[in-house]
Amino acid sequence: MSDFIAQHPVLAVSVIKVVVLMFLMMTALAYLTWFERKVVARIQSRWGPYRVGPHGLLQPLADGIKFLFKEDPTPGGADKLIYFLAPFLAMALALSAIAVIPFGPKHIEILGHATGLQIADLNIGLLFLFAITSLGVYGVALAGWASNSKYPLLGGLRSSAQMISYELSMTMSVVGVVLMAGTFNLREIITQQEGYWLGFIPRWNLLAPPLPQLIGFFVYFVSAIAETNRVPFDLPEAETELVAGFHTEYASFKFAMFFMAEYANMITVSCLATLLFFGGWLSPFSTTGMFAWTLYIPTAVFAACAVLLFVDGLRYSTTFGRIVLPVLALAVAGLAAVCAMPGVVEFVQGPFWFLSKVFLFLFFYVWLRGTLPRFRYDQLMAFGWKLLLPLALANVVLTSLMVLVSRR
Amino acid sequence: MTTTVQTATGAAETMVLNMGPQHPSTHGVLRVLLELEGETVIKARPDIGYLHTGIEKTCEAKTYSQAITLTDRIDYLAPLSNNLAYCLAVEKLMGLEVPKRAQYIRVLLTELTRVGSHLVWLGTHAIDLGAMSMFLYCFREREEILKIFEMVSGQRMMTSYFRIGGLALEPPPGWLERVERFLEMFPARIREYEDLLTHNRIWLARTQNVGVISAEDAVAWGVSGPSLRGSGVAYDLRKMFPYSAYDEFDFDICTQTAGDCYARYLVRVAEMRESLKIVRQAMAKIPAEGPIRSEAPGVVPPSREEMKTSIEGLIYHFKIFTEGFAPPPGEVQQAIESPRGELAVYVASDGTPKPWRVKFRAPSFVNLQALPKLCEGRLIADVVACIGTMDIVLGEIDR
Repeated sequence: MSDFIAQHPVLAVSVIKVVVLMFLMMTALAYLTWFERKVVARIQSRWGPYRVGPHGLLQPLADGIKFLFKEDPTPGGADKLIYFLAPFLAMALALSAIAVIPFGPKHIEILGHATGLQIADLNIGLLFLFAITSLGVYGVALAGWASNSKYPLLGGLRSSAQMISYELSMTMSVVGVVLMAGTFNLREIITQQEGYWLGFIPRWNLLAPPLPQLIGFFVYFVSAIAETNRVPFDLPEAETELVAGFHTEYASFKFAMFFMAEYANMITVSCLATLLFFGGWLSPFSTTGMFAWTLYIPTAVFAACAVLLFVDGLRYSTTFGRIVLPVLALAVAGLAAVCAMPGVVEFVQGPFWFLSKVFLFLFFYVWLRGTLPRFRYDQLMAFGWKLLLPLALANVVLTSLMVLVSRR
Repeated sequence: MTTTVQTATGAAETMVLNMGPQHPSTHGVLRVLLELEGETVIKARPDIGYLHTGIEKTCEAKTYSQAITLTDRIDYLAPLSNNLAYCLAVEKLMGLEVPKRAQYIRVLLTELTRVGSHLVWLGTHAIDLGAMSMFLYCFREREEILKIFEMVSGQRMMTSYFRIGGLALEPPPGWLERVERFLEMFPARIREYEDLLTHNRIWLARTQNVGVISAEDAVAWGVSGPSLRGSGVAYDLRKMFPYSAYDEFDFDICTQTAGDCYARYLVRVAEMRESLKIVRQAMAKIPAEGPIRSEAPGVVPPSREEMKTSIEGLIYHFKIFTEGFAPPPGEVQQAIESPRGELAVYVASDGTPKPWRVKFRAPSFVNLQALPKLCEGRLIADVVACIGTMDIVLGEIDR
């Protein structure tokens, strides 16, 4: 065994990283559903989950168990193989996209090998990501087709059309960034965005010369919402029209896989938005001179969370909550303390800022869901082809010109 | 109604989609057979009867007073409007004069019913078009209205509060303050809804020029209520044929001319405001003291006091609650403006204590027949918008 590891260090390290990331990702997905339900509930002046565990914190676990034990019928006349394959395809593709996302600049040491906070550092990371996410449409389209049912069929057709149309604008929208960075490597795209103007304005692609990618970001973000089938572009699963769209006939864990795939896609596109336009793991604050204190923002945030959680936990209505929440608060306080330790403090900057930005995007997604009505199919197509695509193309042309001029 | 669709084209390229009776947005158990070409609806055929409960027939086996409880269950989103229509019809048959105080209270409560019903419509229509939060906001406010009903009648929904000749009970002290609180709270909430929807680009795109019906067509199809007024026909029974002292109130008929889903949305939102105006006027008019039932021994039950102390009272009470009262033979028709449109009740008496026939002209039923007209040639998503905009209640359609 140890020989094997010695002979194939990259493989062994990758496997460890995959397992760890999968675990983190699954937990993140589960708690993203919890977060969404809580925030939407807040918007709609209700409580959201609060029965299972304090503040409903064990709800994702309960849901997972429920999904596992539900009956899993296959509709009559369904194309069994494809029906079975579709959710796996959706889920597998959604998760593999995460592999190329770098979460921080520093390297860690696993089994004596220094390795980045990322499973695979590809020189064509961005292309790989788009290749994988565009395959995601197969999961949805095949599910709609294989179910042998009318609502899923309509949902599958809608989503194929929608995802292919928006894929185009989405890919075009990031061309500007690629032109400016001159690389497809995600790490390099981030390092290109380092530095500050006047010492405090970050030089992220959103604001950076030669052409601030504001249009690019707008097109990217709108397309990304459509790409992940979220409100207001959730037509493939429009509940009030197509019952549940492409996954109408899916139950039990197959349904859960579609569900998780959707949330994983949300995380991926949020990560990508952060990487391409918001400087990835780069802190919005300079860390030199008079801004050195910003290194301790993670500690401060965690400490504030710990205090809030502690106070709230002591006042919680159930005994279980009064025990669990303060313990959780202590854990967060411990995290805050660790983050302030010399050596660790530099290391946590990258992941902290990266995840904070991703979190903001995810919050925005949820916020939209609580606010907007849904587009109609033809309006969605018109919006994609007549507004977003021309905008993206204009952005490409303008950025090319500006890059050309500035390189002279 | 046959369960097969007569295909318009007979072409093999079309697909028949069975929307309902179990579907998230058919507002109960409506079934619509859609013949689709791609996502375009070529033909739509509503199929009803899944909620048939035989209310009209059951009325014939009940005394006139007992039948009131059945009327609650027809249009379960506006029980008091149904109560009112039925009671007015029987009162017309009997020639009863209802005291002014009871009339004003009836007006006040039916207008609150209208607001409550429109809130349910707005919430469900919005959720049909994907705006999930509106649903919960609307139900939050409707809850306040239901609390008022509960305070007055003891029931949130199946109130049966209006009785033949007046009201069931003297409203409890403090109920007007409760109504006042609602009136103070609600206008800001309507503004909130309008902030979310009225100028929302997606909402406009989904409702404008969708489900258009011209004034002529609307009249020809017998459409009534807000759906008719959205096509520009200023027809409101509260103004045209005033009942229950509506002629003493000052309010406007809200109309829009476009005849699309958006126009009907605007009409209903404006109607909520008008209803608040009427409620406010009714509050000022309701006398603090006075009878709530007409003076009609043998028809209207005597007061508790009278029943306990006088022998005539006791006999009347016993007779009314054991065998009921017998109106003279004859037939009447009474129409009111329910939240959904023209709700008419036809009562025929053969001189016995039980009605010979009770028939409800349900506005939802008549309005629904215009559905194919609204949505044929449009997309599936528009079918949902069109069902929502007609504001149907299946309980009322199937009765």
